[in-house]
Amino acid sequence: MKLVLNIWRQKNQNSRGGMVRYELDGVNEHMSFLEMLDVLNEQLTEKGEDPVTFEHDCREGICGCCGFMINGVAHGPHRGTTVCQLHMRHFRDGEELWLEPWRAAAFPVLKDLLVDRAAFDRIIAAGGFISVNTGSAQDANTIAVQKHCAELAMDAAACIGCGACVAACPNASASLFVGAKISHLALLPQGQPERSRRALNMVAQMQQEVFGSCTNIGECEAVCPKGVKLENIARMNREYIKAAWAYREEAAAGGGG
Amino acid sequence: MSTMAVGGGLTRSASFYDSVIGKKAVMAITGFILFGFVLVHMAGNLQVFLPVHANGVHPLDEYGAKLRAMPPLLWGARIVLLVAVILHFVAAIQLSLLNKRQARPQRYVKLAPIVSTYASRTMIWGGLVIFFYVIYHLLHLTIGARFVNPTFEEGHVYQNLVSGLQNPVVAIFYMIANIVLAIHLYHGIWSMFQSLGIAHPRYTPILKRVSAVLAWVIGIGFCSVPLAVLTGFVKMTGGNL
Ligand code: FES
Repeated sequence: MKLVLNIWRQKNQNSRGGMVRYELDGVNEHMSFLEMLDVLNEQLTEKGEDPVTFEHDCREGICGCCGFMINGVAHGPHRGTTVCQLHMRHFRDGEELWLEPWRAAAFPVLKDLLVDRAAFDRIIAAGGFISVNTGSAQDANTIAVQKHCAELAMDAAACIGCGACVAACPNASASLFVGAKISHLALLPQGQPERSRRALNMVAQMQQEVFGSCTNIGECEAVCPKGVKLENIARMNREYIKAAWAYREEAAAGGGG
Repeated sequence: MSTMAVGGGLTRSASFYDSVIGKKAVMAITGFILFGFVLVHMAGNLQVFLPVHANGVHPLDEYGAKLRAMPPLLWGARIVLLVAVILHFVAAIQLSLLNKRQARPQRYVKLAPIVSTYASRTMIWGGLVIFFYVIYHLLHLTIGARFVNPTFEEGHVYQNLVSGLQNPVVAIFYMIANIVLAIHLYHGIWSMFQSLGIAHPRYTPILKRVSAVLAWVIGIGFCSVPLAVLTGFVKMTGGNL
């Protein structure tokens, strides 16, 4: 099949960038979207042009590296899929496609379709962890976890941090990502010691990175390749509101903790 | 690095409000108050359709007189509403500037919404329309400022309402503004629960449906009055206090 590709080309973080039109022939419908771009890049390289930069690693839909906008939709037209798992059979022969990087102040474009998502790492570093003693792991069944809690935590933990939620949100909000990370640990007994501090710190960091606020629109949930639910944002709100009013510094003088 | 909300009283409230989630919580609570007022106001308005009492007093005038006879309640409610409007408005503007200016300085060449409703994407614009409409409405039928409503007579609620809405331009403006209000509430009613962290896979879909129904009720309820005046269904003859 044949495709017309309008791709965002940008030399580096400081250059302006713009759409460049390419025509690509001989696309196989069994190719993944990234394989299709590999073919394009091969042709560009042969012509001595700069290949299109995009991020990828596992190409199995599990690492969260890949992702860009296809015709204004994060990860393209197929629901519950990363671009690496999106196949060309979902497109028509002769179709014109528009590829753009995620756009958010917190995700600066480094080159072409590649953005810097270190803001997510800093949010995780602010509180997306639990404290345990290293050494031999304790027996898996010593801590009882209710089944429905384990399942909800697992659903939240499915988040691969690809950034599609931010990209699709009209406010460039990271609420679904942060909500998933806060939920994942708040639902499990292992996450309890840092529960309040985690909610406060991760939300504060999210704000410091200049992500927008949630207006409960739901575009994030729709494009999430892992089906992370909006309910996680409500849980984040709950956790944050509770923590903001109930949190007490451990070192606080007088009274019980 | 990140800061934490510690400390007590005012500092804690301030840092809560500083957060985007805190602002949304404030918007949810004030939105709830304003929504409650809108419902009561609509019920009050619908009295325009009641028949005139035997003594010649229209129920709407009677209702207005009753409210004015309780200044502490009336002014208490007005102050609460004013504070709610200010908080709702300021938080909305602050969040909107963050979302529209700072968080995404460079726009997409192409962006295609796939599930979001028109109502949810236009909250700030709808809110601004409602804000200016409310100012106009207060000048028009509550305060009765001469330059907005020359025929206004203090205390004659029914008469003011009918004469005020007999101007088709005004009546149509009222209807448009109330449709905008209904659209705002279509998203706003369920959204306040989500902002406060109240969500459940079983109840949230019901809540969304309830909020759609309430939005329709409010839209139709409010629009019915100017429409009735415009079509001559509700006429001047009714009320003299
Ligand atoms: S490359 Fe790993 S998720 Fe797509």
